[in-house]
Amino acid sequence: MLKALHKTGLVFFPAFDWAIDPTHPEREERLLYTQDQVTEEGIFDIPGIIEYKPMLATAEDIRRAQFCVPDEAAITTESHLISAGGAKVIADAVMNKEVKNGFALIRPPGHHSMRVSHGGRGFCHINIEAIMVEYIRSRYGVKRIAIVDTDCHHGDGTDNIFWHDPDVLFISLHQDGRTMFPGTGFPGELGGPNAKGSNLNIPLPPGTSTEGYLYVINHCVLPVLNEFKPDLVINSAGQDNHYTDPLTNMNFCAQGYAELTTLLKPDIAVLEGGYAIEGALPYVNLGIILAMAGIDYTGVVEPDYNPEKLKQSVSITDKIKKTTAQINKYWSQRFQMREDAGKPGEIQIRHKEIFYDTDNIFERQKERVRICKDCGGCFEIDSQATPGFHILGVHIPINACPACIEKGYEFFDKSVENKYHHVFLMDRPKGNYHIK
Amino acid sequence: MIIGLDVGGTHTYAVLLSNQGVEKSVKVTTNHADLFSTVLSGFTQLLESIDPSQIERAVISTTLTTNAIIQQTMEPVGMIVSAGPGIDPEFFRTGEHYYAVSGSINHRGREKASVNEMQIQDIAKKMVDAGIEYVGVVSKFCVRNPSHEILIKRMLNKYFKKIFLGHHVSGNLNFPRRIATTHLNAAVFSLHKSFFEAVKKSLTEKGLTVPIQILKADGGTMSLEASMHFPGQTVLSGPAASIMGAIPYAPEGQDAIVLDIGGTTTDIAFLVDKAPLLEPVGIQRGSYKSLIRSLRTDSKGIGGDSTLRVKDGNLTIGPDRQGPAMAFGGPLPTPTDAMVVLNVMDTGDREKATAGIETIARQLGLSIEEAAEKIFKTCCTIILKKTFEMIDQINSQPVYTVHDFLEGYKLSPQKILVLGGPAPFFAQKIEDLYQIDTLAVPNSPVANAVGAALARTTCEVSLYADTEQGIVTAHEEDFAEPISKTFSEDDLMETAYTLLKEKAINSGADPENLEEVEVVEFQKFNIIRNFSPRGKIFRTKMQLKPGLIKGYETVLH
Ligand SMILES: [Zn+2]
Ligand SMILES: [Zn+2]
Repeated sequence: MLKALHKTGLVFFPAFDWAIDPTHPEREERLLYTQDQVTEEGIFDIPGIIEYKPMLATAEDIRRAQFCVPDEAAITTESHLISAGGAKVIADAVMNKEVKNGFALIRPPGHHSMRVSHGGRGFCHINIEAIMVEYIRSRYGVKRIAIVDTDCHHGDGTDNIFWHDPDVLFISLHQDGRTMFPGTGFPGELGGPNAKGSNLNIPLPPGTSTEGYLYVINHCVLPVLNEFKPDLVINSAGQDNHYTDPLTNMNFCAQGYAELTTLLKPDIAVLEGGYAIEGALPYVNLGIILAMAGIDYTGVVEPDYNPEKLKQSVSITDKIKKTTAQINKYWSQRFQMREDAGKPGEIQIRHKEIFYDTDNIFERQKERVRICKDCGGCFEIDSQATPGFHILGVHIPINACPACIEKGYEFFDKSVENKYHHVFLMDRPKGNYHIK
Repeated sequence: MIIGLDVGGTHTYAVLLSNQGVEKSVKVTTNHADLFSTVLSGFTQLLESIDPSQIERAVISTTLTTNAIIQQTMEPVGMIVSAGPGIDPEFFRTGEHYYAVSGSINHRGREKASVNEMQIQDIAKKMVDAGIEYVGVVSKFCVRNPSHEILIKRMLNKYFKKIFLGHHVSGNLNFPRRIATTHLNAAVFSLHKSFFEAVKKSLTEKGLTVPIQILKADGGTMSLEASMHFPGQTVLSGPAASIMGAIPYAPEGQDAIVLDIGGTTTDIAFLVDKAPLLEPVGIQRGSYKSLIRSLRTDSKGIGGDSTLRVKDGNLTIGPDRQGPAMAFGGPLPTPTDAMVVLNVMDTGDREKATAGIETIARQLGLSIEEAAEKIFKTCCTIILKKTFEMIDQINSQPVYTVHDFLEGYKLSPQKILVLGGPAPFFAQKIEDLYQIDTLAVPNSPVANAVGAALARTTCEVSLYADTEQGIVTAHEEDFAEPISKTFSEDDLMETAYTLLKEKAINSGADPENLEEVEVVEFQKFNIIRNFSPRGKIFRTKMQLKPGLIKGYETVLH
């Protein structure tokens, strides 16, 4: 009889009544065909597969991960809150050991939403993975978490949120930023001074096929995970690497996704992008669900699948091998790089410009971080959006040392109130969020 | 006047109803080995000294198909399934003569791989050689495009007595359940057919010539003729009959719990404003999952005759039944004995009951009275705990739209209706323990038969319109029509209503009972390709709600 080898939890929230706008790729129809395929396959009847109802995430949940400007209510709709809440429900099911692993098939996605959010970027308003990760850390005290972002776009929002965090390993596989939105995610982007090497960005050339993806997983991601020894592995399971995706130029297939999932063994997978809603998503999602549940997925093949046509060229293979070697080198040098990044107590400054393509907002940031060898370091972000607000966000990391806690409050107290519309302080050790 | 007959696990009840109320009722011991003579004997006794020409309607609910499944006396039938991409169809094997074939339809109903005729001919030959007479054919996404099933049927017609097709079973998606359901229909067909033809013949000989209606698992009825195509729908119509029998006593505009307390099990169900709650997909009992529309019921292995034991100082009740209560000559003490001891029941041999409860009392270190009280209370607690678990489960059902998430209806029953032999005794206790208004349904023993008698015809249609492909379909009804780009929501609803009425009349509905129409589901999507609209997808399900026929609402009060 058909039975899940691993108990797998699913939250399926297609938000059939929510869209950015009627012809937008992120619209009502997006998970329609997935639902048809999954229902027709009888997925929810398989013993060992448990479907959960999503819940609403709260402002408190978001405030562990992000500064929403001017506030949470202004930049989210119910769909965003249900999407983040759906990820939380899966996290609870996995952490309470009701299931071995879980997959949140939810929309809208979140991985382009950064520490400071003034609105929608790349169809994302709030970062559902980051909200889930911070919820897990606060609620269950989990220390080391690895996020592997396999969406075809650089997971720049998640990358940004965990930029200074040595306890969260963020690995993003994506189509080369020179050819696609958001234009970032190069190998040299390795994380802040206190966390160098805990962000790994692996750009892949257009035309990368299943062979290339699995090469990177086997020769870089798995060895790195092996060394990092995370307590939890999370997969930002974007499905826009598919050979039929209208927004990207890759040659990945449903079998490849299923195999990647089998190799990666994520505890939690969260759906991100994927816009080939008719020809790819039904098969890719089915493949991932079966792989997570440990059920044979060899029958999940797109009707028009032609491996010959999707083969990657020798030059692509070479490029991928070179990038992989480069990343592995950075990874092996990570402690030295952190050592070289600066003296403890020193403040380092970074300037950043961010464009919100969904909401047409331009944001300038000045970030100041305290160099620290004892924790991820506290930091403040001065952020000015046009059109929009000018705010200051201060972050004290969850495992902050006493010096960084003190410095964080100093950032907050010394901020000049009339200079900003709002000043926020995210005190993660205490679980407080202050606004002035 | 109308007749209702319900074949129960232990007894079969038949009632004759006029608009004055129950005119006559009879009770026959159910003989599972010979259900035909059981049914006939029920009718014979009921019709004694009654002029058959006064009878306007007769509804039968039997355990025939349920027994065939439980006792595995279903006939071996052939199954041909075509799966296309997805889970290996070998997992859904129904028996020896099960063949997975090539050919594939996708989720939009587009053909992706054609049927291999040589392969089908080969299989047909193998099945003929094996002596197979009935065959089921199921293809994945046949609900969107049944052409492969129809083609295969055409190729098989000349070899077999009857071919059952997956797309006729239900408008719902679910390939594994569709395979199981199609198989069930094929496998019980000849049993069902010979049984009801015999019943009909015998009744005609008695002068009863009105069309016979059969009760379905969803608490509705269908004509004998319609039942020949879907004999599987009669499975588990027993619990449906009792729930329908409770409806006259359910509060209007409120939710209610129905508890049917039998000898070995208690069936639990829910009414919302006098309408029973349906299973979201189809009957599910244990590992058996189907697409057969059914009332949402669950049962708990506890009843009046459940065996009482003490294990490690703890009282256990059931789930087995070793015979009747000791008060009625059984071998071991039961909850019924406790009720006899407590004097809440004044039948049976009180001495024997007391002797039985005494053994339990001794092991629990309680007085006989205290033990009996504890037994009775524990019974109620177990049943109610299961009931509240079901309510939680219903209320935590996943939803797929923001609207449903925010507006989701929460079941919160304010009344309990109890049926079954010991109903009056339980009702009082449950009310005392839980402070919920609890009522023992009057005429409780025959409530099932009354429920069957008063049930109206139900049916459901599922429509799917795709303006990009220019077609509206209800393949379950063999309906497909071209549509233009301007096809609207109103057009869809109008088509659905027409089909629903037609289906109801064909299933034997009285034209006066066609008003309880309900849109169960409606969705509308824009089809966008390359950032521009290409058309719309509409989906709807419309049903005739389960409920009671008109003209008899007041007679039972
Ligand atoms: Zn993407
Ligand atoms: Zn520090």
